[in-house]
Amino acid sequence: MSVLEVKHISKSFGTSNVLSDINLTFEANKIYGLLGRNSAGKSTLLNIITNRIFADSGEVTIDSENVAENDSKLGQMFLMSEVNTYPAGSTLSFIIKQTEQLYGGFNHQLANRLVNEFELDLSQKFGKLSTGYNSIFKLVLALCVPVKFVIFDEPVLGLDANHREIFYTELLQSYSDTPRTIILSTHLIEEITQIISDVIVIDHGNILLDQTVEDVLSKTHAVAGPSSDVNQYTNGLNVIGSETMGNLKTNYVFGDLDDRILPDTVQLSKFDLQKLFIFLTTGAPVKGGNKGEN
Amino acid sequence: MQFKFNSSEPIYRQIADQIEESIVTGGFIEDKQIPSTTEISKEFHINPATVLKGMNIVVGEGFLEKRRGLGMFVVKGAREKILKSKRDNFFANYVIHLISEAKNLNISEDELIALIKRGFSK
Repeated sequence: MSVLEVKHISKSFGTSNVLSDINLTFEANKIYGLLGRNSAGKSTLLNIITNRIFADSGEVTIDSENVAENDSKLGQMFLMSEVNTYPAGSTLSFIIKQTEQLYGGFNHQLANRLVNEFELDLSQKFGKLSTGYNSIFKLVLALCVPVKFVIFDEPVLGLDANHREIFYTELLQSYSDTPRTIILSTHLIEEITQIISDVIVIDHGNILLDQTVEDVLSKTHAVAGPSSDVNQYTNGLNVIGSETMGNLKTNYVFGDLDDRILPDTVQLSKFDLQKLFIFLTTGAPVKGGNKGEN
Repeated sequence: MQFKFNSSEPIYRQIADQIEESIVTGGFIEDKQIPSTTEISKEFHINPATVLKGMNIVVGEGFLEKRRGLGMFVVKGAREKILKSKRDNFFANYVIHLISEAKNLNISEDELIALIKRGFSK
């Protein structure tokens, strides 16, 4: 059971601070969602974790051993990302062979099934693939290498709905057959909300949220009704967003409700992870979500 | 099985309810195996740990049993027990809400009883 830890990672490019003192723990055999807006620092973080770029300070460890320049630890991680690290002129089957050598194994049985399902032609050259099939080929590699940490940065880029459906189904099948840690970084929040068990939200290089999805969703409350009643009921609660229509108002609360009495005119319901994400990452920073630090 | 992903009911609780519902409707048959955690997880794209948590609730209630090396099976007599528990909760789950809504709409007790009788006579 291996644990991947990110400890006090900071990184700037020139004068801009991309990551500020990031601390995260990825436990064995869980599926994490890493969410953030464009240029929030997700890809930089994933590239630092896999030693593709270097942090200004801090370290990444697997089972307390620093992964930097550590081939045996780096071989336990696979990062599937938009960046094309394979030669354009190589055929897909040749890249698979090379990947098998590099990672000391490859699940050919699964690969054959995926190739059939996605209708992927392995005799093609990597550089000739469309955006969708470029992603699909890299997904096949990620799912078939024998690593403890599989990291997907925008896994479904360019995939149509049918292919996304196949990916999620096969991801869960592969995870059940061979439990390992999965990190999914994506903008399609609704599609992965139920798949992930833990969610991390990163914004402007800071971690805004790092909790189980179950806990997060249990703290979302949409409070709707006449404006004055809604405002009175949510007074003092952690209101992270609101919508008004005429005299009707909905205040979105993230946190526990105390035992205050709900007026007859006011209705309580839940809101989803995508809505929470939008409120958290729009405008002013919000307190109260992070389990690690306050 | 159907899940409401934005319901106030957590997904694992919905899984437990849906399994019980499937036992009542005959979708899952007594003494027969139900789909595995992986099958349900793949079909609905739900984390397997969440599915297992839901299944374990139903195991705890005594309606499912794990048979070693085989999988999850519906316990004999489960259907009748679930029906009984649903009957026991009928007042709290349905009647209270019905009466509260009737009161909101100024429907009297007699009028409500007449409506219920009309519903039965259909």
